[in-house]
Amino acid sequence: MIHALTFYLFAAIAVLSALMVVTSRNPVHSVLWLILAFFNGAGLFVLMGAEFVAMLVVVVYVGAVAVLFLFVVMMLDINFLSLREGLLRYLPIGAAIAIVLTAEVVALFLDWSIAPDAMTLRAAPTPDIAQVTNTKALGDLIYTHYVFLFQVAGLILFVAMIGAIVLTLRVNPNVRRQTIGAQVSRPKSEILAVEKVRSRGGI
Amino acid sequence: MAEFWSGTLWPLIIIVAQILLIVLPLLGAVAYLTFAERKVIGAIQLRKGPNVVGPFGLLQPIADGAKLFLKETIIPTGADRAVFVLAPMLTFILALIGWAVIPFDEGWVLADINVGVLYLLAISGLGVYGIIMAGWASNSRYALLGGLRSAAQMVSYEISMGLIIISVLVTAGTLNLSEIVQAQGEGMWYFIPHFPMFVIFVVSILAETNRAPFDLPEAEAELVSGYNVEYSAMTFALFFLGEYANMILMSAICVVLFLGGWLPPVDIAPFTWVPGIIWFALKICLILFVFLWARATFPRYRYDQLMRLGWKVFLPVSLVWVVATAGVLLAFDALPA
Repeated sequence: MIHALTFYLFAAIAVLSALMVVTSRNPVHSVLWLILAFFNGAGLFVLMGAEFVAMLVVVVYVGAVAVLFLFVVMMLDINFLSLREGLLRYLPIGAAIAIVLTAEVVALFLDWSIAPDAMTLRAAPTPDIAQVTNTKALGDLIYTHYVFLFQVAGLILFVAMIGAIVLTLRVNPNVRRQTIGAQVSRPKSEILAVEKVRSRGGI
Repeated sequence: MAEFWSGTLWPLIIIVAQILLIVLPLLGAVAYLTFAERKVIGAIQLRKGPNVVGPFGLLQPIADGAKLFLKETIIPTGADRAVFVLAPMLTFILALIGWAVIPFDEGWVLADINVGVLYLLAISGLGVYGIIMAGWASNSRYALLGGLRSAAQMVSYEISMGLIIISVLVTAGTLNLSEIVQAQGEGMWYFIPHFPMFVIFVVSILAETNRAPFDLPEAEAELVSGYNVEYSAMTFALFFLGEYANMILMSAICVVLFLGGWLPPVDIAPFTWVPGIIWFALKICLILFVFLWARATFPRYRYDQLMRLGWKVFLPVSLVWVVATAGVLLAFDALPA
């Protein structure tokens, strides 16, 4: 009973906060609601016994991605009232995307129920969750069975990162950068001078 | 009804009692950590520190707490009220819930979960929200600048912390904090094989908790007081308590990962008579002393130097160390099963 109650609690808060993400007037509030939604998603993962994934959702999405969102949104200079104006104009596009996504999820479930062959593919080649820990099962899956796909995903991210750096890198010759090595390696004779100062004389 | 009582209600009462048993001593420890800080820094600077309220000034933290409690909470006119009030609460709550997975002694842990280390990483990653929300909601330049600095700083140092934790995990072969301590009992404490990482970890937790010499978010000379400049009374006190509780939490993590948790330094008679929780507390005090010592000794880092240290020194060194650890363990066939 407690299990079901917690499920409905997490699910209800997740849906409500997702609604608030779309409807709240202030974009910073939207990001904060989004964080709450991520959190409840992590809670649902814990209920499913996927504790490792739950923690990763919090570490990656809440701890890193949403911080960057918040960072950007906080710095934006926007008029909150003008944000509401386009709502009706963009509503059909949003609704269309939502309908397509829902249809795809429904189609996926239909596939599983009408095609028995697809069902066998669905079960991942992991041992029973009661025998090994989450971490071990995931490690086994990623680093042995799907190591090639995993490495390709890593390479794609790496290329994307290099691309982002190349696109945004501006070398400005006027910026004076600190080179700590050059500072530390200066000899004492260059930086230190001991002077005997005569009274009322100065240097 | 009887089943409801024994199956649901009674375990709930037990858990609440356990939580109180952790939180109340923790709050006492936080209060006396502020006292210890003022005494230690006073001694380093050849002053006496607080010595008027009560014997040796021992009642000073209680007087401070009462003062903050009785003051008026002021919410600035331009502030976003809900977020402004939420931010200090969040900071304080996050500083407390991390303790759920810390093993105080053999089997003395509230939630002995398999992904304890990841849980702690997640909690410490969330700490940035309290500060960034406070900075934004105050609707003040100084507060916003402090919040932005702190966000960038905490995100940067978290990465090297994560990598250091990975090298410990590779050596221990588990994500469960109690098992990490037990693995250190069977081998050696991890600050010996991972000594460079131990040093980097201690420096990183200074940066992660925004303590001197990395206390740029509250650089009082340039930002007045940084993210918490608009806060008063209990809202300010919650930030203050959260910061100190976070210091203790980070020290506890460091002790669990590197200094053998509740284990005595050598496993022979006079040391094994002392209960594990005493050893645990002593080791935490040792790390906390380093926090205070560093604050009294080092000048504050400049912001670009702080970022350089995090991204160009700590990150590559800890990344290479992860590879080296895994390589050495594999070469000597010492990888945990």
